[in-house]
Amino acid sequence: MKALTWHGKGDIRCDTVPDPRIEHPRDAIIKVSSCAICGSDLHLLNGVIPTMKSGDIVGHECMGEVVEVGAENKKLKVGDRVVVPFTIACGECFFCLKGAFSGCERSNPNKSMAEKLWGHSPGGLFGYSHLLGGYSGGQAEYVRVPYADVGPIVVPEGLTDDQVLFLSDIFPTGYMGAEFCDIKGGETIAIWGCGPVGQMAIRSAFLLGAERVIAIDTVPERLVMARAAGAETLDFHEVDVYDEIQKLTKGRGADACIDAVGTEADATASFDSVLDRIKTATFMGTDRPHVLRQAIHCCRNFGVVSVIGVYGGFLDKIPFGSAINRGLTFRMAQTPVQRYLPLLLERIEKGQIDPSFVITHRATLEEGPELYKTFRDKKDGCIKVVLTP
Amino acid sequence: MNMLAKATEITRPLLDSKVLSSGTRSLGVPGRLARGLGWFGIALGVLELVGSKRLARALGMRGYEGLIRGYGVREIASGVVTLSVNPAAGIISRVAGDGLDILTLLAAPQQGNAKRGNVRLALLAVVGVTVLDVICQKALADRHARSRGPVRDYSDRSGFPNGLSGAGAVARTGS
Ligand SMILES: NC(=O)c1ccc[n+]([C@@H]2O[C@H](COP(=O)([O-])OP(=O)(O)OC[C@H]3O[C@@H](n4cnc5c(N)ncnc54)[C@H](O)[C@@H]3O)[C@@H](O)[C@H]2O)c1
Ligand SMILES: [Zn+2]
Ligand SMILES: [Zn+2]
Repeated sequence: MKALTWHGKGDIRCDTVPDPRIEHPRDAIIKVSSCAICGSDLHLLNGVIPTMKSGDIVGHECMGEVVEVGAENKKLKVGDRVVVPFTIACGECFFCLKGAFSGCERSNPNKSMAEKLWGHSPGGLFGYSHLLGGYSGGQAEYVRVPYADVGPIVVPEGLTDDQVLFLSDIFPTGYMGAEFCDIKGGETIAIWGCGPVGQMAIRSAFLLGAERVIAIDTVPERLVMARAAGAETLDFHEVDVYDEIQKLTKGRGADACIDAVGTEADATASFDSVLDRIKTATFMGTDRPHVLRQAIHCCRNFGVVSVIGVYGGFLDKIPFGSAINRGLTFRMAQTPVQRYLPLLLERIEKGQIDPSFVITHRATLEEGPELYKTFRDKKDGCIKVVLTP
Repeated sequence: MNMLAKATEITRPLLDSKVLSSGTRSLGVPGRLARGLGWFGIALGVLELVGSKRLARALGMRGYEGLIRGYGVREIASGVVTLSVNPAAGIISRVAGDGLDILTLLAAPQQGNAKRGNVRLALLAVVGVTVLDVICQKALADRHARSRGPVRDYSDRSGFPNGLSGAGAVARTGS
């Protein structure tokens, strides 16, 4: 089959690889009908995620038709149309039973590696390094889904791929980011990053009752898309973000701040961004947490800092003094997607939101490598790419 | 826990994923050229660092060992940046370094320098690399520039089938 594979920094290829097989009775094989490129995939493209191996199949946002099920899988049958969560979870362990699926203690076979780096291991992810399980990803014609009786959700008839594909990751992620903000009605939420995840967070914040959303980015098309949902926007290259948020909130700060950017923040946004860039380029640092620093500063006393942008290692110069003295709450996670699926599918079915608004580019798998670059360089107004194998 | 995961045998690392044949790829010629130049810079830098004495002798530039070692450090630094996520910055610093190298070689003692031939050879080599660096810099700039064309208009993409007021109503009433 054809699949997108990683071959080193900047090098994603469309290769022919062996078809996946059922390896465990709870597995299923999905024939992929749509898959998407995620901002997280850019961390792979840019080589900032360790433990990738040449030839690894990438991709973690996909859906399609079940073509084969293992003998013990009682939930799926051949022909079902399903969306596959990017987090792999057994459904039975301590964390899965709590609904913390992305903390599954069984789905990462390379736990010891992750434990050395992070103290404890999270669950496995599709197509996202050996540190996180070494699973083949979904930017492919077929994908093997482990624990397929837990993750995949069957799509009701009448909904298109475009409407439900993002249940696999970015919609639940943006929604979780907004849910972390503890919105009761009337709040002002500041959101850094108007990429696909930020866009979903903006919509989710409004759906949960936020009065105002202040969205921060610099890419014109992305700011326009943020305004389309009713957000006020700030271009971090044009204005001082802290000053503007102070003005917009009468000097109090935002009720909650969402970091939907993560470790690859723009290297030219500020002095500390440039320093971060130099440090990571010279192996003196692992991450570029400018946005997290700024979000902490811009958050009001006893507000929430919600981190959904991904970081990998050890973050420098985080103003923790500000956080403790002002009573901030930090919330963050790789999204336990399984937990959000029924609720968010219902919101789509009821017509409260149609996540397909974010799609700007479509292509085949063969064109995938080129589209990775278009998306990374934000060329041609690219915000979200959907690939059809 | 690792044992547990292994015991369930559900999970198998991707170690054995084999590529049968390769197709399209994202790393274009400029990217590959940059990578080559990055490694070249690092190799040259190491050479200048550890072989400064020999180099100085070969170019008839005794007494300049410290300078050559400094240039070595510079080569390594721009090499590392060239191999990073954003090779363009590294290549620009390489071009600047090339200029410095050329100036230094031009300023090398000519009169009575028995190694004049070597100096000319080195100059030729540096000019050659400079040409490559400049080509690479231009190609990278073209490839990664955000489009200057018309901005695509997404102002109708609220994502709320019932409009913005609909979203507000959902928040108030729950449906
Ligand atoms: N927690 C999760 O489970 C989860 C799931 C999916 C994605 N993510 C992460 O979310 C992040 C965003 O993903 P995406 O798909 O939207 O990626 P993206 O790269 O398309 O979007 C990032 C956006 O941030 C903007 N940005 C950069 N520097 C900024 C700054 N200083 N201030 C404000 N904005 C800035 C960029 O211009 C870009 O538009 C990534 O880190 C990704 O890994 C997390
Ligand atoms: Zn993702
Ligand atoms: Zn589990």
